Amino acid sequence: MTTEQVIFNNVSFRYAEDQPWVLKNVNFSIKQDEWVAILGHNGSGKSTIAKLMNGLLFPDEGEIYVHGIKVTPDTVWDVREKVGMVFQNPDNQFVGTTVRDDVAFGLENRGIDRNIMIKRIEESLLSVRMTDYLLHEPHRLSGGQKQRVAIAGVLAIQPNLIILDEATAMLDPRGRKEIMTTVNDLRRETKVNLVSITHDLNEITGADRVIVMNDGEVWLETVPRELFKQETALRQIGLDVPFTAKLANRLQTDFEFSQQPLTQKELLDQLWTFHSNK
Amino acid sequence: MASSLIIGQYVPADSVVHRLDPRTKIMMIFTFVIIVFFANNAPSYLWLTVFSLGAATLTKIKPRFLLKGLKPVWFLIVFTFLLHLFVTREGDVLTTLLGFPVYTGALIQGFQISLRFFLLILVTSLLTLTTTPIEITDAIETLLHPLKKIKFPVHELALMMSISLRFIPTLMQETEKISKAQASRGVDFKTGPLKERIQAVVPLLVPLFVSAFKRAEELAMAMEARGYRGGEGRTRLRELAIVSRDYIAFCLFFIVIAGLFVLRG
Repeated sequence: MTTEQVIFNNVSFRYAEDQPWVLKNVNFSIKQDEWVAILGHNGSGKSTIAKLMNGLLFPDEGEIYVHGIKVTPDTVWDVREKVGMVFQNPDNQFVGTTVRDDVAFGLENRGIDRNIMIKRIEESLLSVRMTDYLLHEPHRLSGGQKQRVAIAGVLAIQPNLIILDEATAMLDPRGRKEIMTTVNDLRRETKVNLVSITHDLNEITGADRVIVMNDGEVWLETVPRELFKQETALRQIGLDVPFTAKLANRLQTDFEFSQQPLTQKELLDQLWTFHSNK
Repeated sequence: MASSLIIGQYVPADSVVHRLDPRTKIMMIFTFVIIVFFANNAPSYLWLTVFSLGAATLTKIKPRFLLKGLKPVWFLIVFTFLLHLFVTREGDVLTTLLGFPVYTGALIQGFQISLRFFLLILVTSLLTLTTTPIEITDAIETLLHPLKKIKFPVHELALMMSISLRFIPTLMQETEKISKAQASRGVDFKTGPLKERIQAVVPLLVPLFVSAFKRAEELAMAMEARGYRGGEGRTRLRELAIVSRDYIAFCLFFIVIAGLFVLRG
C-alpha cells in the first residue's frame, strides 16, 4: 500500500484530435495528508488536471491513479466517491433550493441514510460556519457564503481528497479571505488531502508543496518559500508574487533574511528582531 | 428586489394548513374542484362556502393577502355574473335594467355561477399560498410515483422542477444586470412604439440564453462531480409524512363531501 493519494504518470491530454495538447507528459504525485497547490496562469492546463482527477475528463496518454484506483470510465464512480470538488462559479454548482438541500445533494446521490445525512449536514455546516444559514436560498447568500456551502457539501461526503478548482477566482477580496480562512482552518482541524488550483500566489502560503504549470507542462515543483524567491522567473510565465515577497526580495540586497518570509507577519517579525538585535 | 422574487405567492405562516402534508392538500383541493360542480341549491352552496372560508381562516393568512391573490379574477367573476343576469330567461321578471328585463332565475343562476367560480379560485389559491413550491414538487414526485412503472421519468421531472425553481431568482438577477448593461449601451426598453420595444428585447434575450446554457453545462458537470447518476439508489433528505393531522383533515373533508350530497337537491 502506497502513501501516494494521486499519481499522474506521463499524462497527456487534448480536447480533440486536431487541437493542441493541453497537458504534455505530466508527472507528479500527491502524498497522504498533503496540501498541494497547482499554480499557473490562464490556459496553463491547471483546471484540466482537476477534471482529470475525478474522471470528468480522461487522459489520452498515460495513467492517473487516485487513492490506488486507476481512473477509467468504468471506475469513475468509485473515484468520485473519494474525491470532492469545488468549482469556480458559486452559482453554477448550487443544486439545492436551500443551503440544507444543497449540502444534502451529494449525500442523497450516494444513497446515505437520512439520519446520518442530517448529522453530517450539521457537522459540515458547522465546520464552514454556515449553520445559521441552514434554510437560506442561494440568492440570499454572498459568493463567499455560497462557496462555503459548496465546501460543506464536499465535506459531508467525507472524501479522501478535496479539490478546489479556482474556488476563489470569482469572489471579491472579502469572499476570498473567507474561503482561505475556512480552508486553513480545515487543514488545521482535520487531516485531509487538499489540492488547490489557483493563479493567485497569495493563496498558496499554507500549502505544503506547489506545482507550477506552464504551457501544459510541469514548470517547477517546490515549496512556497522557495517559489517566492523566483520573482523574475515567475513574472516571465505570467505570475505575480505577493507584495510581502516582493518587498522581501527587494530588501534582500541589504538585509540577510534567515528564511524567505511567507506572510506579512513573518516579514515583520524578522524585521523587528533584526532591528532590536542591532 | 427580494420581494418581487417570491415565487408563486407563498405566504409563510405557522398554521395547521401550512403544516399539512402537501399531498393531502393537493388531493383535497383536486377533489374540491370536482365536487364544487355538484352543488345545486342554496344550502349546498352555503355548506361549501362555509368550508372554503373556514379553510381560508385556518391558514392565518391576512384576508388582504387572499383578496390580493384574487385581484386578477374579480373581473371574470363580475363578468360571469352580469352575463348570466342578462342572458338567462327563467322565472319571473324582477325588474328592468338598462332596457333589459332581469329574471329571478337569472339572478339566482348568475349568483351561483359566480360563487362557484369564487370558491374554486379561493380554494386552489390556498394551495400555493400555504405550500412552498419545493413541497409541491416533492408531492408531485410521490403522487406520480406509480407512473414509473410505465417508464415515465418522474424523478427527472421533479429534479427539473426543483432546479428551475432554484434558478428563477438567479436568472432574474441576471436579466436585470443585462438589461442595465444594454441600456447603458443605448438600448431603449421603455419608450417607442410596441414593435420597437419588442425588438429591444432581443439584445436582452440572446445574452441571457447564452449564459443559461453555460450555467446548465457547468451545473451538469458539478452534479456529476458530486456523484449524481440518476434517481436509482438515491435517498432523500426532504421526507413527506402523513401524520394524524392529515388523517383528521381527511375525515373532516369526508364530512364536507357527505354533507354536500345530503344537502343538494
